Amino acid sequence: MATVAENIQPATLSNEEVLRYSRHLIMPEVGMEGQLKLKAAKVLCIGAGGLGSPLALYLAAAGVGTLGIVDFDVVDFTNLQRQIIHSTDDVGRKKLESAEESIKGINPLVDVRKFETKLTSDNALALFRDFDVVVDGTDNFPTRYLVNDACVLAGKPNVYGSIFRFEGQASVLATKDGPCYRCWYPEPPPPGLVPSCAEGGVLGILPGLVGVIQATEAIKLILGKGEPLIGRVLLVDALGMKFRELRLRKNPDCPVCGKHPTITQLIDYQEFCGIRGEEAPATTKVPEIQAEELKQRLDAGDDIFILDVREPHEYQICNLNGYLIPLGDLPKRVNELDSSRDIVAHCRSGVRSAKAVDFLRQAGFRKVKNLVGGVLAWSDRIDPKMPKY
Amino acid sequence: MRILIPTPLRPYAAKQDAVEVPAKTVGEALSGLTSQYSDLRRHLYTDDGKLRAFVNVYLNDEDIRYLQKENTPVRDGDTLSIVPSIAGGGCRCLGGCCCCPR
Ligand SMILES: [Zn+2]
Repeated sequence: MATVAENIQPATLSNEEVLRYSRHLIMPEVGMEGQLKLKAAKVLCIGAGGLGSPLALYLAAAGVGTLGIVDFDVVDFTNLQRQIIHSTDDVGRKKLESAEESIKGINPLVDVRKFETKLTSDNALALFRDFDVVVDGTDNFPTRYLVNDACVLAGKPNVYGSIFRFEGQASVLATKDGPCYRCWYPEPPPPGLVPSCAEGGVLGILPGLVGVIQATEAIKLILGKGEPLIGRVLLVDALGMKFRELRLRKNPDCPVCGKHPTITQLIDYQEFCGIRGEEAPATTKVPEIQAEELKQRLDAGDDIFILDVREPHEYQICNLNGYLIPLGDLPKRVNELDSSRDIVAHCRSGVRSAKAVDFLRQAGFRKVKNLVGGVLAWSDRIDPKMPKY
Repeated sequence: MRILIPTPLRPYAAKQDAVEVPAKTVGEALSGLTSQYSDLRRHLYTDDGKLRAFVNVYLNDEDIRYLQKENTPVRDGDTLSIVPSIAGGGCRCLGGCCCCPR
């Protein structure tokens, strides 16, 4: 994008930098001019997670002078499968601290600016103002729309990437004449219509693939070289290893980047993403049983039927010897259950099984309870040998 | 014609990644798909029968909103792609499921 490249003021390179970046300097597409642009460039990464990890590492290695990172999270063990900027020893540390250390390890010349905060409608515009390019590595719809709108309003390109299981999307949004995220998807899905965690998860290498595509696009924008992913979406299917491209058009009626925008300042994105839901996130009140009480009653030899409503692959990780009927199959398999027996339904954390108990009660079951906290609570309070996931 | 089913919707289409349906228009193709897999219907359409705003449909590489929408004619070798918005991370639930205790 010419606008980004033009805004960036060249400096000079030290001998140390000339050596470090020599494989860039000897290619005409980068050269001294390009490397100076990279050095002068300021890129803001939203999130130091799956997408943020590879892209921050590569941008640092490539010699981007200033890397801002917005994150307020702490490294945990489940991050390590994909968030390669963090190491096992970093578990429990702030992601910002851990990311800075990894970046400095690769390239101590990078000026790392840490923003330990949640990106909000109150701080986004001020944050974005000081950067040339914003790279969106977030993982939820409210922040996606916030990043998009703030990029449009601040006039900063949004290098977009998103992943789900083994599929990814990448594009360059909110450039001067290009489409934005709202041109593409005017509205987020209502919370009730998204897959449950039974269909969640992400292939660990996928954020690597997509994050490196984002890093590539950010660098092209800074250099002003090549064909950026503007007006195009790249779809990545890691399982089929297929890359497809779709056209993405600027919508003249777009509420934020169209001819007559109705969104001229940042809004409440939680409300925007949540309030349109046909069903709110489940907080159904159903009869409950605590892990301790279940343990006591099982030890006392009470006749309790344990119904596990997770997926078969979750059952393989750990189980309470329950009878497995995945939540989605419950309506058609309800005849396998005996309504005269005491039933305790459980899942991983208690959310799916609350839905199962609610469903069973509507189906006439009176002696059914939800195990509060699911196998996680069981592992925490009854059997620490049971793995958590 | 061939309809490509995205990962998040495969559980509602017997886990298939593509479905072959006979159709003369995009609308016919989608109704052929949802009559085979009725669970898909509420994911693709609102209660009043409109395509949902977070589900985009592409005929080959073009968004049908910029063609003739559901009236767009299709040919045998064409591919229809359903592309829902994905937020990233591991889950799309906005904190409503057991992965995302918020
Ligand atoms: Zn727009």
